[in-house]
Amino acid sequence: MSPSHYTDATGTEFVNPLRDPQDRRLPQIAGPCGLVIFGVTGDLSRKKLMPAVYDLANRGLLPPGFSLVGFARRDWADQDFAQIVHDAVKAHARTEFREEVWQQLSEGFRFVQGDFSDDVAFETLRQTLADLDRVRGTGGNHAFYLSIPPRFFSETIGQLKKHGLAAQTMDSWRRVVVEKPFGSNLETARELNATISEVFPPESVFRIDHYLGKETVQNILAMRFVNAMFEPIWNSNYVDHVQITMAEDIGIGGRAGYYDGIGAARDVIQNHLLQLMALIAMEEPPSFDAQSLRIEKQKVLQSVVLPRRLDLYTTRAQYAEGWAGGVKVPGYTDEQDIPRDSRTETYAAIKLNIESRRWANVPFYIRTGKRLGRRVTEVAVVFKRAPHLPFSDTATEELSENALVIRIQPDEGTTIRFGAKVPGTAMEIRDVSMDFAYGGSFTESSPEAYERLILDVLLGEPPLFPRHEEVELSWKILDPIVEYWAKHGRPDTYPAGTWGPESAVKMLARDGRTWRRP
Amino acid sequence: MIELTDTSSSEIAAEFVRARRRAGSPAMGMVMTLIVAVAEEDAEAAMDAARLASREHPARVLGVILGNGRGKAQVDAQVGIGSGWTGETALIRLSGEVTRHAESVVLPLLLPDSPAVVWWPTNAPDDPAADRLGALAKRRITDAAAAPHNKARAMLTQCEAYSPGNTDLSWTRITGWRALLAAALDQNPGKVIAASVAAERISPSAELLAAWLADRLKVPVTRSSSGGPGITDVVLETRQGDVSLVRYDGKLATLAAPMQPDRPVALKRRGVAELLAEELRRLDPDEIYERTVKRLVKMHTAKTREDSTKKGA
Repeated sequence: MSPSHYTDATGTEFVNPLRDPQDRRLPQIAGPCGLVIFGVTGDLSRKKLMPAVYDLANRGLLPPGFSLVGFARRDWADQDFAQIVHDAVKAHARTEFREEVWQQLSEGFRFVQGDFSDDVAFETLRQTLADLDRVRGTGGNHAFYLSIPPRFFSETIGQLKKHGLAAQTMDSWRRVVVEKPFGSNLETARELNATISEVFPPESVFRIDHYLGKETVQNILAMRFVNAMFEPIWNSNYVDHVQITMAEDIGIGGRAGYYDGIGAARDVIQNHLLQLMALIAMEEPPSFDAQSLRIEKQKVLQSVVLPRRLDLYTTRAQYAEGWAGGVKVPGYTDEQDIPRDSRTETYAAIKLNIESRRWANVPFYIRTGKRLGRRVTEVAVVFKRAPHLPFSDTATEELSENALVIRIQPDEGTTIRFGAKVPGTAMEIRDVSMDFAYGGSFTESSPEAYERLILDVLLGEPPLFPRHEEVELSWKILDPIVEYWAKHGRPDTYPAGTWGPESAVKMLARDGRTWRRP
Repeated sequence: MIELTDTSSSEIAAEFVRARRRAGSPAMGMVMTLIVAVAEEDAEAAMDAARLASREHPARVLGVILGNGRGKAQVDAQVGIGSGWTGETALIRLSGEVTRHAESVVLPLLLPDSPAVVWWPTNAPDDPAADRLGALAKRRITDAAAAPHNKARAMLTQCEAYSPGNTDLSWTRITGWRALLAAALDQNPGKVIAASVAAERISPSAELLAAWLADRLKVPVTRSSSGGPGITDVVLETRQGDVSLVRYDGKLATLAAPMQPDRPVALKRRGVAELLAEELRRLDPDEIYERTVKRLVKMHTAKTREDSTKKGA
C-alpha cells in the first residue's frame, strides 16, 4: 500500500489526492486518536512519555484533537493533571515550549482516578473515552500505554477486556503498549503473551525496549546494508570475534524491588543485547519491513549455541563497595532494601556462538553491568590480524587488531580503529581511530526513542520491536545459563567503578583475547 | 573570527585548517557547503540564520557580498569556525572586477564530494540556475517574499525560471498547511469539489498553496485577500460540507470538518533559520514543487488572457 492509499470506514480503498509518494516533505500525521497512560504518576511517564507527546505535537505530528488520558490512584482533577503534564514537559521536553502547542494539547487532557481492580474506575474510563470521541473527535481510536509494574499487566488487560475497552470495530482501533520485561523466563513470557493475545491481536500489541529505539535499529541496518565496504568482510574470514557491551555507571538506585531476583542477565541481555546481536549478525532481509526483519533476526536467535562449559564461559558478579567516579558508593548487598545474602548478579558476561556459515568459530562476547567505569553501550567487531606483516615485530608492537565499533550510546556513532605509521624516520605502527558521530553530521538532537514509538503506535506502523516469538527464543538462550548460575555457588564481586570482575577477564583470556576498554 | 584583507581563496582555505587546529582538530563532520549570496545590509541576519540552520546540517557557510564593481579587484574575508558545533564560516567581501567572477573565489572553497547549496536571502537572480554562483550548486534557494522590489511579480519570475534544484522559501512556509490539509483528507470526507485560499494581498506562499491545491485536486481554487498575517483561511468544499483550516493570529489554527468537532492545532509561522533547515534536509530536486510552479505559471497565463479579453470587450 503506497502512502497515498487509504482504506476508509466502509473498507473501500481511496486515494488521497493531496498525498504523493514523491512529496517527502509531508509528514505522516496520525489520524484522530488518543493515548491512555496507566501509571501516569510514575517516573517514566513524567520524564519520557509526557515530554515525548509534547515534542510530537510541537513537531506537528499529532492529529488535531489528540487526547491524553491519565489513569492512576492519585485523587486529581483534570486541571491538576494538566499542571503535572505542564511541569513534566517544561522540565524534560526536547523541543522549545510554545504556548500555542500547549493550548492545542491541553484541551484534550483528562484524568481518571482508580485502582487496577476498580470496576467503577474502568467504567469512568470508558465514559471518558466516549466523551472524547464526541468532544474532541478522537473517533474511537485509543492506545493504552501500560507504564506499570509487570505484576499488574494481566489484571489491567483483563479489566480493559471486561469493560469493552479493548474492542475494535471496523472503523476504529485499540492498541496496547507493553514495556520490558516480557516475563522473567520462558514460562512466564508465555503466560504474559497468552494474557495479552487473548485480548489484543498481535498487530495491536507494541512491545517496547526503550534502550534500543527504532532510530538506532535503522542506523545499524543502514550502516550494514547500504554500504559496499562493510559487507564483504562481515564474516568469519575476517572477523575474529564480536564484543557487545552495555555498561551503566549507576547502581540499582530506587529499583531494588524490581531488580533483586531478576539480575543483569534477565534485565538487559535477554532483551536488548540479544536483539543487538541479532541485528549485527543477521543476513540481509529481502526488504526492511517489520516482518522480513523479524524472520532474519529469528534465524540468528535459532542458530545460537551455548558454550558447553558454562562454568568457564559465563560469569556473573555483584558490585562491592568502592569509589565510582570520585564518589564513595555502597556495595550491592548494602543497598537499601536488598537482602544481605542476595545472590542476584549486577554483572553478567556470556560467550555465545552462532552456528552458520557466516559466523562459524566467531564468538560473540556479551557483557553488561551496573556500577562499571562509565555509561556506554556499544558493539565492537574485532577483525583478525593481517595474515602477514612486512614489518619487524618491534615496529608493530603497539598495533592491535582492526576494529569497527558501533556506538549506541552515549553519542551514537561509529569508530574505526586501524594502524598508522608514527611520523618520524623510525618505522613504528600505532593504533589510530577514525570517528563518525551522528550528532556531528546530522541534526543535533534526533528524536527520542519514545517519540518514534508513540508515533508508530498512533500510526499503526508495525514496530521493529520483538514479537513474542523472538522473546521466547531469547529466553530459550538465557534460561539454561540463569538456571546453571542458580545451582552453582554465589556471584563473584568487583569493586564499584571498575570494568567488572577478574573472572570475566579470565573468561576471555582462555580464548587468548581481552575485553576492549569501552 | 580572523580578518583577512586583500586575500585569496587559498589563504581562506588555509585559515580554515589553522582555525580547526587551534580548536584541537575537531572531527570534520560537515555535510555540505552553503553559499549565502547577500547584500551588505542583510548579511548579518542572513549569516545568523545560516549558522542556526547549520546546527542541524553542519556546513561550511560561505557568505558572499558583492561590493562596488569599479576599481581594483579585492577579496576580503572574515574566517571562523563554529564554537559548539562542527561548522565553519567565512564572510567574503568582493569589490572591483572580481565581483563579476565570484564563482572563482567560491569554487576552491567547496568541500570535497559533499553537495553545495546557494541561498539568496533577499535579492535573487531572475534565473538562479543560469547565475554563475547558482551554477556551482546542486540546490538553489530563493525567497520571493523577501524580494526588495517588485514583490508582486517575484514569485512568478522564479516559477517561470524553474530548473530542477530550484526552490523558494515561500514553498517551505506552507509545509505545515499542506501537511494538515493532507491529514484532513486522509479521513476521506468525500471528493473535494472546490477550494479557496485567503491571505494577505501579496503572498507568494498563498499563490503556491492555491496552485498546489489546483494541481492535486483538479478543481477551481479561488484566491482572495484578507488582513493576514500570511495565509488565513483554506477551505476545501465537499458535498458533505467544508473542511476548513483557519489561522488569524499566525500561531494557532482551527481545523473544522463535516460532522466533527472543531479542533485547535498549532501552526506557527516559522523563522528563516527553521525554513532553511527544512530546505537543507533534502537536496534532490523537489518534483512536487516543480509541478506546483508549472501550474502557477499556467494559472497566471490563463488569468492574463482572461483579463485582456475582458478589457478588449
